[in-house]
Amino acid sequence: MGPDRHRPAAAGGRRPSGALEAEVLAALQSSPQALTPAEALERLGGGLSYSTVVTILSRMHDKGMLTRTKRGRAYAYAPVTDASGLTARRMRQVMEGGPDRESVLSRFVDELSTSDEELLRRLLDGDGGADLGTGARGG
Amino acid sequence: MQLAMFLPLLCPVLAGVFARPLGNRLEPRAATWTLTISAVVLAAASWVALAVLALTGLARIPLVADLGHWSAAVIQHNDPVSLGIAAAAGLLLVVTAATAVRMLWRRLRALLAAGLDAACMPGPDQLAVMEDPAPDAYAIPGLPGRIVVSTGMLSSLDTTERDILLAHERAHLTAHHYLFVASAQLGAAANPFLRPLATAVTYTVERWADEHAATVFGDRHRVARTVGKAALATKHAPARRRIPAAALGLIGRRDALKSAGPVPRRVAALLAPPPELRLLPLAATAVVLIAAGLSAFDAARDLHLLLELAGAG
Repeated sequence: MGPDRHRPAAAGGRRPSGALEAEVLAALQSSPQALTPAEALERLGGGLSYSTVVTILSRMHDKGMLTRTKRGRAYAYAPVTDASGLTARRMRQVMEGGPDRESVLSRFVDELSTSDEELLRRLLDGDGGADLGTGARGG
Repeated sequence: MQLAMFLPLLCPVLAGVFARPLGNRLEPRAATWTLTISAVVLAAASWVALAVLALTGLARIPLVADLGHWSAAVIQHNDPVSLGIAAAAGLLLVVTAATAVRMLWRRLRALLAAGLDAACMPGPDQLAVMEDPAPDAYAIPGLPGRIVVSTGMLSSLDTTERDILLAHERAHLTAHHYLFVASAQLGAAANPFLRPLATAVTYTVERWADEHAATVFGDRHRVARTVGKAALATKHAPARRRIPAAALGLIGRRDALKSAGPVPRRVAALLAPPPELRLLPLAATAVVLIAAGLSAFDAARDLHLLLELAGAG
């Protein structure tokens, strides 16, 4: 990271609203226990202020995306666990609506064939792309 | 009459041959518009041509000629189309019209269902996060559309890459890419020779969204690596039932990029210099479309004149 952390509309440093929440959620999800705003900020890396993180966390809590428990003087936040897998099941139904349903969705990446995978790795290696591990964790 | 009648049927074959190179070389937004408009116009022109062929044949049948007060003899004398060709054209017209109507109906239903899914998703935001270790991300059209990202995908990418993914999916929704894809596919249902155009459009909308993300972030290589990383993460996740790429006609033979699937081609395009707007292919496409349109019109006018002549005779 570092030099290539480009941001949209770099002047204001403003990211699209959903993007920050996705980042925060990913940070919380990758942590084994609930996180206070300070801990979340640490995992999110630079570019955000403490108060921004507090605002996002409380907004996400208001939306029902996070649960929180008092820890010391701050709240510790954790993602709402979807124990019954309801959301995931519902989304999977969306996916399995057959070719018609599939055709109106815009998937980020299509399935790779084995030869495509080799080709892709060669292309990215040529670009000096590091960090292409299969389970690479960021955030 | 002959050439005018068959030109609209030949143009789609020509367009089919050039669809993929056009999709690869043109600037993605221009490519998407060009290919979609071509698919719709050429499908319409080939339908007109088939209808003219079929009607000309129909008018030769004495009973029909009597009904229209045409002289069957005049039509038979003046018209070079054999009854066999006319019958084949009529059959093709009925079959392709039925295919297109069926496709339109199913696609509309799928769009409505997707809109309903988008509306029913938890949370008021555009982004919906799905708890699923398998990396996946897609946009669902609706009012408003939704972007669904699995937790597996979120944890495979770093913060910038997540932003790139969201910028890409958002571009699909705001530019209504599913409408381009559906229109081109409708054209392909109306005339199967146009299928390469529909396949090319599904690719060019991805390129369009990629280029949009690259513009937002000012770093094409970063977008290329994000697409690659997400694809590799998806590949190595536990298998999930998917529509195989082969079903969408995306798998080619082994000839590096030429026959590669969409992901390596997108990455290669992002690693290459940004595409420029080229006028020559656009002009060439316009010529083909105008030729097909004019000849379809000409064929229809010839039929009209013939029937007038036969009516007067």
